[in-house]
Amino acid sequence: MSRGARAGLALAGTALATLAGLVLAGPAQAYMVYVTNEKGNTVSVIDSTTLAVTATWKVGRRPRGVTTSKDGKELFVCASDDDRIDVLETASGKTLRSLRSGPDPEQFILGPAGNPLYVANEDDSQVTIIDIEKNKILAEVPVGVEPEGMGLSPDGKVLVNTSETTNMAHFIDTTTYQIIDNVLVDARPRFAEFTADGKFLWVSAEVGGTISVIDVAARRVIKKITFKIPSVTDEAIQPVGVRLTKDGTKAFVALGPANRVALVNAQTHEVEKYLPVGQRVWQLAFTPDQKLLFTTNGSSNDVSVIDVEAGKVVKSIPVGLLPWGVAVSPN
Amino acid sequence: MTLLSRSLLAAFALSTALSTTLAGPGMAQEPPASARAAEAADGETRIGVIYRPVPPPSSYDAEAVPQDEGVAAGRMAVADNNTTGRFTKQTYALDEVALEGGRSAVEAARELVGRGLRYLVLALPADEVLAVADAVKGEGVAVFNTAAPDDRLRGPDCRLNVFHVIPSRAMQTDALGQFFRLMRWSKMFLIVGPSDNDRAYAEAFKTSAKKFALKITAEKPWTFGPLARARGDTPTRSEAMVFTRGVDYDLAIVADEAGDWGDYLPFRTVDARPVAGTQGLIATTWHPTLETWGAAQAQNRFRRFAGRLMRPLDYQVWAAVRTVGEAATQKKTSDPKVLVPYFSDPAFSLPAYKGVALSYRPWDRQLRQPIIVVQPKTVVSVAPEQGFSHQRTPLDTLGVDEPETACKLR
Repeated sequence: MSRGARAGLALAGTALATLAGLVLAGPAQAYMVYVTNEKGNTVSVIDSTTLAVTATWKVGRRPRGVTTSKDGKELFVCASDDDRIDVLETASGKTLRSLRSGPDPEQFILGPAGNPLYVANEDDSQVTIIDIEKNKILAEVPVGVEPEGMGLSPDGKVLVNTSETTNMAHFIDTTTYQIIDNVLVDARPRFAEFTADGKFLWVSAEVGGTISVIDVAARRVIKKITFKIPSVTDEAIQPVGVRLTKDGTKAFVALGPANRVALVNAQTHEVEKYLPVGQRVWQLAFTPDQKLLFTTNGSSNDVSVIDVEAGKVVKSIPVGLLPWGVAVSPN
Repeated sequence: MTLLSRSLLAAFALSTALSTTLAGPGMAQEPPASARAAEAADGETRIGVIYRPVPPPSSYDAEAVPQDEGVAAGRMAVADNNTTGRFTKQTYALDEVALEGGRSAVEAARELVGRGLRYLVLALPADEVLAVADAVKGEGVAVFNTAAPDDRLRGPDCRLNVFHVIPSRAMQTDALGQFFRLMRWSKMFLIVGPSDNDRAYAEAFKTSAKKFALKITAEKPWTFGPLARARGDTPTRSEAMVFTRGVDYDLAIVADEAGDWGDYLPFRTVDARPVAGTQGLIATTWHPTLETWGAAQAQNRFRRFAGRLMRPLDYQVWAAVRTVGEAATQKKTSDPKVLVPYFSDPAFSLPAYKGVALSYRPWDRQLRQPIIVVQPKTVVSVAPEQGFSHQRTPLDTLGVDEPETACKLR
């Protein structure tokens, strides 16, 4: 995923960074796109060059959050109703093992070094931090009601969790596992995403209908982005997934039942256009080269593919039942 | 005459959550010392719940009303408030009063207010809501009505200090009316039960029918008794079987709020016609099959919390208790002098698993909310339906709007 790739690049000198560098320089690279189907209990695998589904893998119940290991060899899937995280081998689609995640894991984010994994336990008002190699819980941090969104600063030092019913962004120090601060945002915050420079944090509010841009150092909301679409009621505009380009110019915001992805100028915070996608669009993921963006459309059971440079939807791909999360292989 | 105080329970739930965490591995998060000091200074927000438990059924009843209906979700909401309160340095507790025997709600309410409570959640019928509201008038108390759908409480009998979480009958029948309009089902056969509540429901339905251009082609009273409560092998009077003969209609609308006979009608009409109203296809706030907008989380959490499925009254009590918590979070205070006026402020909003923020109508203190149209096994639709618009919010197409209100708040 974008953050994983970004973090990989930051680790100059490692074999992985070299590999990622080669990838970016080379011709169109085939990435694997993994989509969790919440009601299908499967993962749909899409080839980013052919834009076709190449495999469908069975996983645990109610798969939602999804991410890949840093080397791309493993896929982590929150099996929310089985209270565990499934680890799949991406070469074969086989489930290798399961991680102790704490109850009802919904979203998670991997540390920049590839370990640990930070997990939001939705039904349990806590964040669980897991050492994925030892399959050991390192800490549990109590947060607000129905934790969901998980953002990590580029240096990996600050974790942000959003709690949907408490309506806060909780800032957690990843060395002490203590909450540093809590910032009140609008109703039902679903997703948190840091800018590449780590200075700002974007938090979506599904019921509030806004994006709060938070100054990370001051931990203060400096801007609230709102959306207006002709022929769509304000109530239907429900921001969920947020992705920012590495160059800091563009932001994409999934607007749920408005069936649009907003393309926002990340500098001026002005909405530039609304891209029509499938129904009830929630999560978003870039390819590591950031040429394509994939969206999960829960009600129409498909994935829309957006050409990032052109700002256009180029394809829609049918997947399983109720697609929820999406992750792209780093290589 | 015992006053059941379960406030300990909320404290217990919170401490369990903390101690589980403390027992877990790694560093745990405890509220900082400064938070505890502030709690002491700011004080605990106590919320009273007054309800009358339904006696258990004398024999087997597949859908017996749980003894803790409503109040169980009040406990969950207080736990939710306290989880958030850890970060805002606010604490909450629930004072529960289960009215036993002939104990009056007014007496219970006065006692709670005398002990300093300023929020009373009532799961009681309309007359008792009014009596309590009048008894605590001028004390700066907010009364939440979670169980009385009576339109008069939002109309001629409205009170400045009463906030209605349960949708009015008008909102419920408007939700059905919009759906029927959408489906182009226009001919309604209205069947009305013997109670005042049934007649009030029928009146509300007639108003909705006018609003949404539905035609009531026939209206008959139900005179065959509580047949839905009869055993399967009980002989049925033949009149009940032929009662629906000779009527030209698309839909039978039953007005049976007590649930005595409405469920008798489906599949027993002479012509094959669906049944809606208080049974069959109904309009309500909550249903076990609701799972969108995060409702699945609330369903799971409640089932773990109470050991049963969440019911509409549970949802309504939850929303009332969360109203207090949400206002306290937004205003960063637990001072009732600030919070009570804020409940009906346009800036207040309550996220409550309905996809949009809920708020109280300033003209009659009714919570504006989407209403689910549901049959026993699935959510069929959600009102307001597409295409019904309003200059303020589509939510105001349900129920009595500001220009039509008979409410003069005082």
